[in-house]
Amino acid sequence: MFLINCPYCGERDQQEFKAGGEAHIERPKQPTELSDDEWAEYLFMRKNIKGVQFERWNHAHGCRKWFNMVRDTSNDQIKAIYKMGEKPPSQ
Amino acid sequence: MKNKYSIFSLFKNALSYHENWQRAWKDPIPKKEYDAVIVGGGGHGLATAYYLAKKHNIHNIAVVEKGWIGGGNTGRNTTIIRSNYLWDASAGLYDHALKIWEGLSQELNYNVMFSQRGVMNLAHNLQDVRDLKRRTHANRLNGIDAVYLNTEEVKKFCPIINTSQDIRYPVLGGTLQKRAGTARHDAVAWGYARGADEMGVDIIQNCEVKGIKRNGDTVEGIETTRGFIKTKKIGVVAAGHSSVIANMAGLKLPLESKPLQALVSEPVKPIIDTVVMSNAVHAYVSQSDKGELVIGAGTDDYISYSQKGSHQIVEGTLNAILELYPIFSRMRMLRQWGGIVDICPDASPILSKTSIKGLYFNCGWGTGGFKATPGSGDLFAHTIANDEPHKLNAAFNLNRFVSGDLVDEHGAAAVAH
Repeated sequence: MFLINCPYCGERDQQEFKAGGEAHIERPKQPTELSDDEWAEYLFMRKNIKGVQFERWNHAHGCRKWFNMVRDTSNDQIKAIYKMGEKPPSQ
Repeated sequence: MKNKYSIFSLFKNALSYHENWQRAWKDPIPKKEYDAVIVGGGGHGLATAYYLAKKHNIHNIAVVEKGWIGGGNTGRNTTIIRSNYLWDASAGLYDHALKIWEGLSQELNYNVMFSQRGVMNLAHNLQDVRDLKRRTHANRLNGIDAVYLNTEEVKKFCPIINTSQDIRYPVLGGTLQKRAGTARHDAVAWGYARGADEMGVDIIQNCEVKGIKRNGDTVEGIETTRGFIKTKKIGVVAAGHSSVIANMAGLKLPLESKPLQALVSEPVKPIIDTVVMSNAVHAYVSQSDKGELVIGAGTDDYISYSQKGSHQIVEGTLNAILELYPIFSRMRMLRQWGGIVDICPDASPILSKTSIKGLYFNCGWGTGGFKATPGSGDLFAHTIANDEPHKLNAAFNLNRFVSGDLVDEHGAAAVAH
């Protein structure tokens, strides 16, 4: 890692960024109708993948915008970066 | 039968230049079937096998380890042992472990170098002071030794701390647990391995689990790089890789695996005879018997299995160390490394059955599992043998993330420890 290519600011030092965990976890559309198991799944359960993973990052000490990253967690290599709302790149 | 280690055996082996010591554990070829298989040959896994054999009379056990025993987080932590946790459930769990530590060298006939040199936690702001006082009271109600120290008492207990009030985060006080301390982490793994091996446990190294075979909701065995092993009970004690194993069984866990770093300095003469931790500035330090300063840094905030952390984490920790201990300013660091820790949302571990019969998980110890090694092994063995948790680990079930009955130890344990 070391350098992260913010889609708004360009390449910046990793120190400026904050990791936000697994991406594409959708907020429940009908929260009042969720069972306890479904809440647990949404709030706590994580894929925690060893390998290529989709995650959210925030340029905390820069533009403060959120974006998505595809990263290999077994060697920390960044595969792709894309803005919030954009479709994740296919493998 | 293993030869007993003693001053006489040391003397006897000295006469033959220490070339005839008996093997501490065998290097067996995996059998086709075991009564129980433990996945992960770290301290917790080996202790689990040891107590299954010793207390529950299950001897046909295999411990399968991807690398070599004690080569993961058991050999990568900063060896701190304490039990001054806030909540009753945690206090019960960690003090159970501390009580076993106190007699462990004798029990294992293996010197784990348990040293009750005390652990001091520092307060750097008024909220720290209130939190630490509250924790001291909670500890004492649970029968755990804890005292609150003011700044002068902190200075008296550890004179090299900079207690000047004009530093950025001045020392306002601290807590001390005198029964707490350190142990030799490798010896813990080796001692449990030797003890388990003697009772018939097969310790199989260089054996990576590749799959978990299920028949409906019951486990049938594990696929490994050394062939299929049939078993009815699988205890997974795989720390940072717990989610990877869970995934093989089609389970999801509430874990995130992150790098945690530590470093040691060049060896020097005795300078600090206790363990000092500071959550607020994230610095903690002790001195090994070899004379190195053992320094724990923090976790990175991203998921990684690379056993490497970021540079700025180490830099931040050393900044704090230097402000608190100006005497260390010219020390050089000798080694730095990372381990992958599995962190639960409530910073408490999981020792639990799962929805799959015969599959048990002992994970989520996050940044502070070493201290619990003997207790964790004892309670997890109980859980596997009886298919029911012991009362001390009942609160640490997987279902707490559904019920909401979390054991939120972030206040006492969010720091790497």
